[in-house]
Amino acid sequence: MILLALISILFVGGLIAWASESVDANFPRVIALITVIVELAVVCLLLLQDSSAGGWVASVNAAWIPRFGISFYLAADGLSVLMIALTAFLGLIAVGSAWSEIHERAGFFYFNLLWTLAGVIGVFTALDLFLFFFFWEIMLIPMYFIIAIWGHENKNYAAMKFFIFTQVSGMLMLIAIVTMAYLHFIEFGYLSFKYQDLLNLSVANPLQFWIMLGFFIGFATKLPSVPFHAWLPDAHSQAPTAGSVILAGVLLKTGAYGLIRFAIPLFPEASAQFAPFAMGVAAFSILYCAKVAFAQSDIKRLIAYTSVSHMGFVTLGIYAWNEQALQGAIMTMLAHGLSAAALFMLAGGLQHRIHTRNMNEMGGFWIHAPRMAVVTMFFSIAALGMPGLGNFVGEFLALLGAFQVNVLATVASAFGLILASVYSLWVIQKIFQGGYSDAHFEVSKLRDLDHREMTYYALMMVGLIWMGLYPQPFLDLAEPVLTSLLAGTQSVAATLIPTSTFTSTLIPTTGAGL
Amino acid sequence: MISFDDLLPLLPLLIVSLSVVVTMIMIGIRRSFIVSGALTILGLLLAACVAMVMLSWTNQQVTPLLIIDQYSLLFTIITCVASMFIAVFSFPYFFRLDDQKEEFYLLIGLATVGAIVMVSSNHFISTVLGLETLSMSLYGMIAYPLHSKDSVNYPLEASVKYLILSACASCFILFGMALVYAQTGTLSFTSLAVLDPEFGLSEGYTVVALLLISTGMAFKLSLAPFHLWTPDVYEGSPLPATAYLATVGKMAMAVLLLRFLTSTEALSFGAIPVVFSLIAIASIIVGNLLALRQENLKRILAYSSIAHMGYLLIAVVSSNVSGGGISVEAISFYLIAYVVMSLGAFAILSTLSSSENEIDQVGDYQGLFWRSPWLATMLIAMVLSLAGIPLTVGFIGKFYIFFAGVESSLWVLLAALVIGSGIGLYYYLRIVYIILQPLKAKQQTSFPIAGIESLSSYFVIALLFLLLILLGVYPSPLVSLVKSASDFI
Repeated sequence: MILLALISILFVGGLIAWASESVDANFPRVIALITVIVELAVVCLLLLQDSSAGGWVASVNAAWIPRFGISFYLAADGLSVLMIALTAFLGLIAVGSAWSEIHERAGFFYFNLLWTLAGVIGVFTALDLFLFFFFWEIMLIPMYFIIAIWGHENKNYAAMKFFIFTQVSGMLMLIAIVTMAYLHFIEFGYLSFKYQDLLNLSVANPLQFWIMLGFFIGFATKLPSVPFHAWLPDAHSQAPTAGSVILAGVLLKTGAYGLIRFAIPLFPEASAQFAPFAMGVAAFSILYCAKVAFAQSDIKRLIAYTSVSHMGFVTLGIYAWNEQALQGAIMTMLAHGLSAAALFMLAGGLQHRIHTRNMNEMGGFWIHAPRMAVVTMFFSIAALGMPGLGNFVGEFLALLGAFQVNVLATVASAFGLILASVYSLWVIQKIFQGGYSDAHFEVSKLRDLDHREMTYYALMMVGLIWMGLYPQPFLDLAEPVLTSLLAGTQSVAATLIPTSTFTSTLIPTTGAGL
Repeated sequence: MISFDDLLPLLPLLIVSLSVVVTMIMIGIRRSFIVSGALTILGLLLAACVAMVMLSWTNQQVTPLLIIDQYSLLFTIITCVASMFIAVFSFPYFFRLDDQKEEFYLLIGLATVGAIVMVSSNHFISTVLGLETLSMSLYGMIAYPLHSKDSVNYPLEASVKYLILSACASCFILFGMALVYAQTGTLSFTSLAVLDPEFGLSEGYTVVALLLISTGMAFKLSLAPFHLWTPDVYEGSPLPATAYLATVGKMAMAVLLLRFLTSTEALSFGAIPVVFSLIAIASIIVGNLLALRQENLKRILAYSSIAHMGYLLIAVVSSNVSGGGISVEAISFYLIAYVVMSLGAFAILSTLSSSENEIDQVGDYQGLFWRSPWLATMLIAMVLSLAGIPLTVGFIGKFYIFFAGVESSLWVLLAALVIGSGIGLYYYLRIVYIILQPLKAKQQTSFPIAGIESLSSYFVIALLFLLLILLGVYPSPLVSLVKSASDFI
């Protein structure tokens, strides 16, 4: 029931926020804030639940469309809980970032914001694949509205691109899902979209590979991974700040979550064959997008490309498919969720103040906005993977795990860390250091961060430091889930993933993690 | 002799016919737009209710011409309800027409009689009777505002275009029927798969006959490459006539096609599924591509209907491979979903429009969301449903088509579906985007202020919107209804 509450709070809150606009223009944001705070409280309740019952903390199961064996089946384990917590937390941050930015049609804006979050939480908890797809698509529509209505100069193009990319790749996934259900019908005599049922399915290999590819394209588009990433820079640069926060912080993580939860456990053999290719793509994604980031003068586009680059570490970790790498992928997801959201907020804040995202028009802002400079510095350093902050833990673990499986891709990916430090510091230099240029705007517009903004950034900083210095609670939550996922695919992994003799002699113990 | 027992199952048909006669007499006594409208709506409502009562226990061949079973009754209900809705929202549309307007309701009633005959037909004679009754009424409906001085459209052009092409299509169908008759010696739908070699012509003629009939039906369903009349006729007709043509007309034809294909086992001839697959792919690609650059909403809906009929054909093709497993259900559900969503879109368009001022340019809808949020929300929902987005019935329909395609491993057709839907998103989203844009500084075409006469159409729109969402979120009741009805095919 608690999961149902998590989703319905957001749905209902969104409706109330929309309706309340006719009473007072300030009501929607207050109601949105209350909604996300209640949501966070419920998430805390969820964290306190006993997870001993088969790893699933809470679940709801009801028949929905019995004709197709579709049920309304929600369940959460440690992995889902981590993702839900991130979603709720970033929901709070997003409401905060929109607080003074969105004045026009605020009711409808917060309605869309909350419904996107509801869809995302549905994605993180749905264990019926039809339901999963249902939520997967539902979260797109309000996001489309957010970009199309409150976006910047080229919003139509960006919103359209975002929607078409994700929808078309989603349809490929739908075909894959339907095929799975039908194969279940052939093998067991009844249709089922239930995750646990489909795990028992054994699909012959050429077909399994194609179905897996359907899932992979769906998730890799959302992640995004290189050949499918073209929508992201446009969507990010045109979206309002709160939209970027949700996009970078949460929506991208649904792709990674889908890979961990569905794409690999459902198709272990095909994934094992596919893993070297996927890791290669991940390494290419990391290096290529880091390189492309240099070529950007639009600060939001730059951060968007770095996002793609960082998500490459997640793909790398996931396809390495051992505990360290997966822990690393999950930590990267959480830490990147915070750091990217913060960077997009800073970029959005800058744009809100001086009405440009062009870095060539900026420079020397440190004098006028020291607090903003320091905050940006902090999050840039976090993003580049400084030890002591969350991103380092994630990326290091991912690399450590991946090294045991694929040396070449891992070594190549590690160069991404170097590129990351260069572009991160380059941004700081361009915007905050050097001579002050005031060609295009008045200094008075360049206000420093106020207390409200500082509160949000401080919250995120605390989160990142916590993850960096004491990641154990996060690892503990994810650990039982990963153990069972790995156990499910163990027989396949033993036979198919070629562990190179070189690494196994180099690192004899691969068990315990940190 | 027809006994009383035979007449009972025909009750819905008789009620609608009676309501037409009564309306005609009433018009003769005293002209009143509201009375003739009320009589027609009442007749259709009554027919739908009676059909609903009969649904569970009627399964009877009435004369060799008509089969009244659960399947035909289900679509009788939908025909009546859809016609009723069209009758309701044609009231504000024709309210200010500077001509005699009562007879439009007669035509709606007559067309519905034809549609009911079509969905209940399993005989060539009733096929032709139903088809021609429907088409004849449609010619009249399309050309209805002909003598109006303020009419904005080209009703004559549209009507003549439809008349000529529709007559051609009927000729194809009739010639095909003649060839089938030469093979079987009977005009009822019987299997053509196994024929007595002593009797009739060779198998090649059967294939030709089936292709002729399919061509004629493809004309009526506006499938590519027989779609050329569609956008012009849609654009030139008054909106209620367009709505009728697009929803009830297409649905009745599709049901008839399904019944014909399954009882004649036409798809067991190797060439037929191939032809249908090619037509499906062509319709999906052509419909979606040509809609991209249209500025007129009626034309967009015309092209989108071409694409939708293409999606439907995927399930038709799959009924051959899978032995009719889920494909009949898929076709039926998709038809119902299509009727709900396109009727909703047309209802909104024609409520905003009137016979002397049709609001059918995409640009006219700029800022609708900020002017009348409810109406805009519903229009957006209809458009998103046509695009197949979840929470709407269109998604469940598309899911059915996916399922039918996967069940029969029609991967090429599914690829066409994915590509077509991807292209389709562009023009659907463009409509949504324009609706969401801020109002123009000077709104050139202002929406007419809705009078009291539009109240009932708003009710219809709200009802269709509720159906759209309800069936999209909780489709189980309709799914099980469609499933039990499909067993009769």
